[in-house]
Amino acid sequence: MAVLVNKDTKLLVQGITGHQGRYHTMAMKEFGTNVVAGVTPGKAGETVEGVPVFNTVQDAVDSTGANTSIVFVPAPFTMDAVLEAIDAGIELVVTITEHVPVHDAMKMVSYAKMKGARIIGPNCPGLASPGKAKVGILPNMVFKEGNVGVVSKSGTLTYEIVNSLTEAGIGQSTTVGIGGDPVTGTSFIDMLELFEKDPETERIVMVGEIGGTAEEEAAEYIKEHVTKPVYAYIAGRTAPPGKRMGHAGAIVSRGRGTAESKIKALRSVGVKVAKIPTEIAELIKEDL
Amino acid sequence: MKLYEYMAKDIFRKHGIPVPEGYVIERPDEIRPFEGEIVLKSQVLIGGRGKAGGIKFASSMDEAKKVAEQLLGMDIKGYKVKKLLIEPKIKILKEYYMSIIVDRSSREAMLIASAEGGVEIESVPDEKIFKRTINPLIGVQPNVVRALGYFLGLDKEQTKGIGKFVYALWDAFTKMDADLAEINPLVLTPEGFMAADAKFIINDDSMFRHRDIELVEEEYTPLEREAREKGIAFVQLDGNIGVIANGAGLTMATLDVLSLYGGKAGTFLDLGGTDDPEKVSQAFGIIGEAPIDVVFLNIFGGITKCDTVAKGVVQAIEKKPLKVPIVARIKGVNEEEGKEILKNAGISAFSTLEDAAKEAVKQGGGA
Repeated sequence: MAVLVNKDTKLLVQGITGHQGRYHTMAMKEFGTNVVAGVTPGKAGETVEGVPVFNTVQDAVDSTGANTSIVFVPAPFTMDAVLEAIDAGIELVVTITEHVPVHDAMKMVSYAKMKGARIIGPNCPGLASPGKAKVGILPNMVFKEGNVGVVSKSGTLTYEIVNSLTEAGIGQSTTVGIGGDPVTGTSFIDMLELFEKDPETERIVMVGEIGGTAEEEAAEYIKEHVTKPVYAYIAGRTAPPGKRMGHAGAIVSRGRGTAESKIKALRSVGVKVAKIPTEIAELIKEDL
Repeated sequence: MKLYEYMAKDIFRKHGIPVPEGYVIERPDEIRPFEGEIVLKSQVLIGGRGKAGGIKFASSMDEAKKVAEQLLGMDIKGYKVKKLLIEPKIKILKEYYMSIIVDRSSREAMLIASAEGGVEIESVPDEKIFKRTINPLIGVQPNVVRALGYFLGLDKEQTKGIGKFVYALWDAFTKMDADLAEINPLVLTPEGFMAADAKFIINDDSMFRHRDIELVEEEYTPLEREAREKGIAFVQLDGNIGVIANGAGLTMATLDVLSLYGGKAGTFLDLGGTDDPEKVSQAFGIIGEAPIDVVFLNIFGGITKCDTVAKGVVQAIEKKPLKVPIVARIKGVNEEEGKEILKNAGISAFSTLEDAAKEAVKQGGGA
């Protein structure tokens, strides 16, 4: 099972002939992902790591039956690439590219919703279901197959936390990096819903950070709809207000988006909140 | 990028939003002859400048010059006034509030308005605030304007007037890739509605589409500006431990862990996904200029391998030695090789974040 990506995933890589596209096509294949096609306009007929390249997403879908796409296209052209994938019937578009204009993000997320497609990202590391498939840039070696679902706004911090779970012998069903931009295609709530329904996921780890109110909204959702135990870490407790901390969305502005507010909201609905990232593994161990 | 009021008003004017006819001065003798009364508005990026004495009126040339002399060079909450916007004083019948923002929760835009204008919107009770999400693919529709008119208690003619405003604000918001377009107060004058103040933030990731807009860099320290030019995510903080980590989330977590052990970070520097020695070297160049007592390097190696970062660090300090000690924590892919490289360069390297943080706090002289 796992969620969103598994053995049925037939992956298309948009921007496959670029440096990132090439490297991660190789890494995803090593993980066991079924990479069926790549798209770079003007490069049809080439192959990358044995994967055939097409000029358009439609051509790639027609020839290979691709159902999932990963986007490595530069920010000014990302929206166009995502819309092309959605129009060609791709159901899941994982957008790795960072610095996508926020109005483009709003438009593509809205379009995906209209067409019944799902976007993960932009500005995200993608997702991985160990033993099945990875659609993203997460490092292969940190994962272990298991029953903890991980959802995070972060990249490296997620690898750190997943790695500490793996070292503690705790495997993961699926790890999803939803991205740290203000507007993302998939939210904490979307992932909580999927993990709650997934029979293979027994516990859920949430990695949040300052900015916005997604964690508070997730807490509300957990209270009403989530029966599985949830563990969380929130980054940015000591970040000064008004300063953007690396991620476009990581900013405390006008008194909103503080770590205190998020931690309080999550604790009030029974979520165990770790003080340091690696403490999550300890909290889960206590409950096993 | 936050814009000064005069820049925001230029954008408004271009998109059909009525604004007072003003001009900008940098010296008192640039004030033009006028009749009646003028307002002199300090151009700073911080809110609450009225209360801080940054907005003054004058009714004669002598008075205006005196006031301008007072205001130019004045310090408002750490921001120095370099420019004044000069406008005729307008006759205000009533003040409203209006803004369009990127709403993170709905992932759409949101129109916000209130009949309680001229005060901070955060202080207005919820039931007095009109909020409607605007789909980015659809834009503002007449039904939204009608609902707004009823909510604000406007008559038919006034609703038409404010409607023009909403459409124009939407136009400015979308065409200029705004995170926020705010008018507070939006004033009703005998001649109709007008934007008496303007706040505009252009989305940083969209600046490549707006190269004609003059760069406003005052919200950053000189060191932060230097880092921005090099494409490094860097924030200057008020502690004495210089933090470098890879990934925004991990860097934030590093600051938090330091504070748990009684330390305080002086920098937030996110190396990102790079193991390019040149980038690492630039990062150390910036850290070297910051007023800190110890550098705390926290790397989790994945795609970016520990040993390549370690090599970059050694190269960087060989080229330009740091005046302060470095405490490193490296973990992940090729951890042992990375630690060895650092140890050979005399840098103590730990595996756990806790141990490394305690050492950094100790070396920084805290706790």
